[in-house]
Amino acid sequence: MSGSNNQKPKSDISTMSSAEYQAIAKKHEPPRAVFKNCIRAFLVGGLICLIGQCIQRFFMTVFDMSTKEASNPTVAVLIIISVILTSFGVYDKIAQWAGAGSAVPVTGFANSMCSAALEHRAEGLVLGVGASMFKLAGSVIVFGTVAAFIIGIIYAVLGIGGR
Amino acid sequence: MQFLWAFIIGGLICVIGQIMMDVIKLTPAHTMSTLVVAGAIADGFGLYEPLVKFAGAGASVPITSFGNSLVHGALTELERDGWIGVVTGIFEVTSAGISSAIIFSFLAALLVRPKG
Repeated sequence: MSGSNNQKPKSDISTMSSAEYQAIAKKHEPPRAVFKNCIRAFLVGGLICLIGQCIQRFFMTVFDMSTKEASNPTVAVLIIISVILTSFGVYDKIAQWAGAGSAVPVTGFANSMCSAALEHRAEGLVLGVGASMFKLAGSVIVFGTVAAFIIGIIYAVLGIGGR
Repeated sequence: MQFLWAFIIGGLICVIGQIMMDVIKLTPAHTMSTLVVAGAIADGFGLYEPLVKFAGAGASVPITSFGNSLVHGALTELERDGWIGVVTGIFEVTSAGISSAIIFSFLAALLVRPKG
């Protein structure tokens, strides 16, 4: 600690401007291990999608569904798994290791809602659970819906039929 | 074979999210919102459905497929019911995901004792 201050004997925390502090803090911030994080995200994200594929295949073979019909129950099962893991605190441990790998799949969406619900449980069912559930997931729904609306309007104006 | 592609494509979409968080330094909320909008635009150009056909759950499990489904519902009902379909159809396909996330999160909040 003291060794790094040898160059600037006068840089006392109390006299430092916030810009100076930012510059020094940035220099000592550990570099983000981008490559390692990407590998982890790839492995965990891929694994979650692989599990999803297995569940989808299960619904297709056992209940004789088409790919489209099977996708809804698949998402529902993944969400149940995610909620259970979040309740036991396991999903957050996975998320710490995997970063975006566990956040980007639909399980991460469920995790953000479930953890917000659990976290604000103490504030009551209406003001806590009800009001806070979409605290993190809300922006995803809002921007997705607005984007879908704009694209729908563009299609309608251009007179291209849907699919 | 589709199992392998599900793993690879799903993993790659997560890597894109990780790069957005680490390199462009977006917050997770910004990353997720951007990915959803990207999925919506991709379906607007008709690009996402071929990816789902090819990679199965690798394309339908990541959050990008949420944007895809929103657009898909809107366009399907637009064709069937006209203009009003854009509004009525948006949540048509995603209902399963949103409803089950709400319901099970609520049940979990009822059942689980909060820790800490």
